[in-house]
Amino acid sequence: MGRILAIIFAVLTVGLIAVGTVHGSRNARASSPEGAVQSLFGDAKAHDWQGAYSYVAASSNVDQGGFVRDLAGRNGSLRTYSQLDSVNTRVLHESENEATVRTEIKYATAVGASFETRDLKVVKDDGAWKVQWPAEKEVNVPPQVIPVNYLRWDIVWRGPGDDWGAQNVENPNCRILSMHAVERDGALIIMGEVVNEDTVPAFITVGAVLTDNNGKDVAEESSFDKLSHVLLPKEVSPYRIDFPGIKKADVKAVRMTHNWMLVPASADPVIAVLHQRIEKDLTGRTVLKGELFNESGQTVNIPHVLATFYDNGGQVIWVSDAYSDHALLPQTPQPFSVALRDDLAANVHTYRVTVNHYSLNNREN
Amino acid sequence: MRKVIYIGLVIALCWFAADCARAAELHLPQNAVAGQPLSIGTGGSGTLYLVGPGQVIKKEFKSGGNVEIKGEELRSAGRWIAVVRGDTNQSQVFWVKPGKPGKLNFLARPSRVPVARPNVISGVTFVFDQYQNLILDPMPVNFNLSVGGATGSMKTVSSRAGVAWISSPSAPKAGAAQFVATVGDTSVTRVVQQVAADPCERSFHMHVAGHAGNRTVVETDPIRDCSGNPVPDGTIVTFIQTDKTGKSTVDARIKKGTARAELPASENATITVAAGVVLGNELHVGGRQ
Repeated sequence: MGRILAIIFAVLTVGLIAVGTVHGSRNARASSPEGAVQSLFGDAKAHDWQGAYSYVAASSNVDQGGFVRDLAGRNGSLRTYSQLDSVNTRVLHESENEATVRTEIKYATAVGASFETRDLKVVKDDGAWKVQWPAEKEVNVPPQVIPVNYLRWDIVWRGPGDDWGAQNVENPNCRILSMHAVERDGALIIMGEVVNEDTVPAFITVGAVLTDNNGKDVAEESSFDKLSHVLLPKEVSPYRIDFPGIKKADVKAVRMTHNWMLVPASADPVIAVLHQRIEKDLTGRTVLKGELFNESGQTVNIPHVLATFYDNGGQVIWVSDAYSDHALLPQTPQPFSVALRDDLAANVHTYRVTVNHYSLNNREN
Repeated sequence: MRKVIYIGLVIALCWFAADCARAAELHLPQNAVAGQPLSIGTGGSGTLYLVGPGQVIKKEFKSGGNVEIKGEELRSAGRWIAVVRGDTNQSQVFWVKPGKPGKLNFLARPSRVPVARPNVISGVTFVFDQYQNLILDPMPVNFNLSVGGATGSMKTVSSRAGVAWISSPSAPKAGAAQFVATVGDTSVTRVVQQVAADPCERSFHMHVAGHAGNRTVVETDPIRDCSGNPVPDGTIVTFIQTDKTGKSTVDARIKKGTARAELPASENATITVAAGVVLGNELHVGGRQ
């Protein structure tokens, strides 16, 4: 019996060593630039960070920790709540020892798919193709004190001991400034702007009900993340409501629905939107680019950029948004990019960018 | 002898009739008031039931005398029925009036209002006694609206059918207005926030407040409406800088009366400022200093 067990363990040990050897050799060498990139992201998708790192060229000058943080996110950003979904690669240029591979990376996130396009340089290193990983420079905010005149609104609601005449504080006065319906890509899109005209913060929702030619309600939808839900006094937000598969000709009327609620809120952080300009990205699509700059001292984990585009008559012609998958550290610029429909780019006369913010340690957000 | 017997029978009959009449006596006061003691005269013995709006009182009584009802027992104003069950059965209706004013319900609308608007604040008062009986008789109700301890507008209105109301303009001064309704020694306070209007274009100015690293700090002067009231803190003020690198915007909040923003230093830029639909001045900055 003892001899049989010894044989079993010996066979098992040899088998495991063999499996380990095979696994190691798969990671070690890639025979093509595209294969190296695919293998790197394949391992990253399986959270085999060591395996993925083995495809990174030594000349990249990035340690494994930094490489993992590049892919898996840092500082509680949206990337840390994401899962690598798929990778499409295309060789743009290839020589004997060097190649450029355009890599379109798709992440699945809690707020929908997130796309990233990178032109990765792949080099032949000791006979195998390896990716020269463009190390993201980790920003360290120097220790400092940033004074903030903290402004917030707290609310005393009516209590159970109050008589029936004791009025509650009233909900804020908000107003839908404009509403514009267009048909794009087989969907009816309602967009416009809403303003908080009051002196207190408001939590707002904006929706629309479509009525057909028979006077019957056919669809109801609300704006989810194409809207700033918390509006400070005099703040204006765009909204966009999409009705996929509905034609404008089938709709007789649109009934707007809204709800304004008084909520406690904070006036911080203040986020500047710098160097805004419309240009083409790597893939030739029109985008609105710029930098976000957190002027306060608290980290914004998930910045959400909302862009409103106007024609020369001042009418809202498009509302677009984008989540940044990088946290916004204090006093540190962070680039952003919001897509703009190519067919509308020529009609854009001006635009306005606002930023929503979600912070893990701030319950008001 | 027959005559004597006849007289005796007549006397006995009268005695019995008088006794019966005495048993049926129920003396109810004409001016009963809620919250005040009540004395009800009865005869004979039995049980007295007092049935009123949402309330029933039961009292046993013997050999005539008064039934005493305590003030705290008689809480409801309105139509009551007194019922006697005993030597005889009888019922009688009487009315109880509300007591003196002891409670006010005061509805003040709205809770926030712009300054210097005519007839924009309304106050409605319902006058009750201490047991929540609506006092229907006319009562003088005093309304006082004041901001920040200053003497405000005061008006006395006589209630009609238990209700008194006024409409009042908002004061030209911003702040938390104390809206007080008073009847006798009872008063109720509500807070009506009187808020400044939009910034006044004439006084909406910004200036360069300094430089921080490679950024230009711009700050507004204290932002006030055209009546001189400070625009509330938290109001969004948008700074827009345009230069060759594009447009930079900061949605700053008014804090302690002013708004402040940091914009990237530029060799040649134009900075504008706006709050809602009101535009401020325009600055041209010429580079890092």
